[in-house]
Amino acid sequence: MGDWVIEANDLKKVYKMGEVEVHALRGLCIQIASGEVVAIMGPSGSGKSTLMNIIGCLDRPSSGDYILDGERTANMKDDQLASIRNRKVGFVFQSFNLLSRATALSNVELPMRYAGVQRSRKDRARQALEAVGLGDRIYHRPSELSGGQQQRVAIARALVNSPAILLADEPTGNLDSKSGDEIMNLLLNLNKDRGTTLIIVTHDPDVATRTQRTIRLRDGLLDQKL
Amino acid sequence: MTILQSILEALESLAANKLRSGLTIIGIVIGVAAVISIVSIGRGAENTITGSIQGIGTNLLFVFQGGSEEVRNPKPLTLGDAAAIADPFQAPSVGGVAPVLSGQAAVSAGGESTSTSVEGVTPEYSSVRNINVTEGDFISEEHILGRASVVLLGVEVADRLFGRTAGLVGETVRIEGQPFRVLGVLESKGGSGFGNQDDRIMIPLTSAQTRLLRRSTRDRIDLLVVQAISSDAVSLASDEVSQILRSRHRTAIGVDDFTVLTQQDFLDTARTITGVLTIFLGGIAAISLLVGGIGIMNIMLVSVTERTREIGLRKALGARRIDILVQFLTESSLLSMFGGLIGIGLGAVIAQVVKKVAEAQNTMIDPAIGLDTILLATLFSTAVGLFFGLYPANRAASLEPVEALRYE
Repeated sequence: MGDWVIEANDLKKVYKMGEVEVHALRGLCIQIASGEVVAIMGPSGSGKSTLMNIIGCLDRPSSGDYILDGERTANMKDDQLASIRNRKVGFVFQSFNLLSRATALSNVELPMRYAGVQRSRKDRARQALEAVGLGDRIYHRPSELSGGQQQRVAIARALVNSPAILLADEPTGNLDSKSGDEIMNLLLNLNKDRGTTLIIVTHDPDVATRTQRTIRLRDGLLDQKL
Repeated sequence: MTILQSILEALESLAANKLRSGLTIIGIVIGVAAVISIVSIGRGAENTITGSIQGIGTNLLFVFQGGSEEVRNPKPLTLGDAAAIADPFQAPSVGGVAPVLSGQAAVSAGGESTSTSVEGVTPEYSSVRNINVTEGDFISEEHILGRASVVLLGVEVADRLFGRTAGLVGETVRIEGQPFRVLGVLESKGGSGFGNQDDRIMIPLTSAQTRLLRRSTRDRIDLLVVQAISSDAVSLASDEVSQILRSRHRTAIGVDDFTVLTQQDFLDTARTITGVLTIFLGGIAAISLLVGGIGIMNIMLVSVTERTREIGLRKALGARRIDILVQFLTESSLLSMFGGLIGIGLGAVIAQVVKKVAEAQNTMIDPAIGLDTILLATLFSTAVGLFFGLYPANRAASLEPVEALRYE
């Protein structure tokens, strides 16, 4: 079992929307091995986003067990979760989520600031930007970069703390097909070179076909039809 | 995140909204400027007042009639009292005594006429109050004995009556219609407004008693100016004077029908009055600081709402509660600290303007802005920012990362 970077058992998540209880996850079990490339698919309302939030330690399950890279997160406090996110999870968002007033370099430095990295911060941020092919754009602001380039900055930011998993939420959703292709190539290459586990939440079957495994969700459970 | 980083980042985000940041700090600027200018002008006024009181001389005592209300049959001060206090055996700490009668009188010369204060004095007054003449002579024993019709003019009175302050000895002025010969011109004391020392005339005490400032009894006087032998002997002299007057006036123990004031008493009173005024006005000005603080809170709340996604992102990247809290608190306290610094500058300018206006009206007020005032204003305005930033910052820090990231 030592190779699982993600182990989730009987995950349940219940939201209260006023009087109505919404069961977003109904006892989900998944394992993802270290270094694996996995796509998570499913129609809206299938619990995809909820699962992603729990995997990324942005949220806690209502019940069930979740172990990320050997750390059991179910009973952690908010600040402990923040520390786990900082060290073990790299986020890539559909809408990039860069700070518009900061340069590419400062954006990539941000996770290291919260990690308390002081001296090597600038160098590491520069290396991360070089790794995504933006070594010549480090002082550009997001508004001076194309969508594909902005997503590369975001990927550099996700990688800079050497996380255990890279969690990408529709990473190509806001890009044209050519840039989207390039971003997918970049993500897959990073997985190959560094062995970082890559989890992509997507609607796009073309993206899913490029991963090793696809996890399909329906109504808060694994879709058993496939 | 180190403090320096937080400050740099806060500066970045404040600079991203220059107009808004500028408008926000105006409230603090006005508040701090008001406090600074009022406190510094208050201190300047205090310095001016205490300075002119100290100019009276550090070893003088002033004895007035009237004291406790409970005295059944209060007696006025008399020349006999003056003579008794002047006795070196009864009052060894007293160096000199000058009895004074004082009042207001109309003075005229040629076509000009004016109203000024008249003092009936003895030759001792010159040495006790340290008064000199620029020309002519001071009042002498002969003038006292002869109830002479001579007068010493203060420079302002001389200027008003004759248009000059020299070459006046031998001229004639009329005081309440009676002719007096000008004996000399008093040296300028430079006082102004409050207790102007140059707007007065002096005549011999006996002339005042019989002709100008008649009192119910012949030997009655208004004021005794007592000079102690040194400034250390002031309280000793005060005790001796009180002792002599109590036995002469036969007052009951514990109730006096006279009042002895030293320069220190005047200083204490003046300081109390200006201090109370300064605190009162400064307190009113501080209210505007409060209003400025509420303005900061308002803008910070808007800023937190606007940057909900940014807060969500930061949390996703590993920002703890305290990191977000510090970020927003740094912004709000930097805002108000800048407001404070600008306010100090503006306050200093206002104080200088007030100084010019006061000078134009012949009043010297030198506004004093001490380091303590500046430090206090900076600390206080920063504290205002911290206090009013606490609620918005706490709101930002408490956001759930999932919901903050989803916020549109």
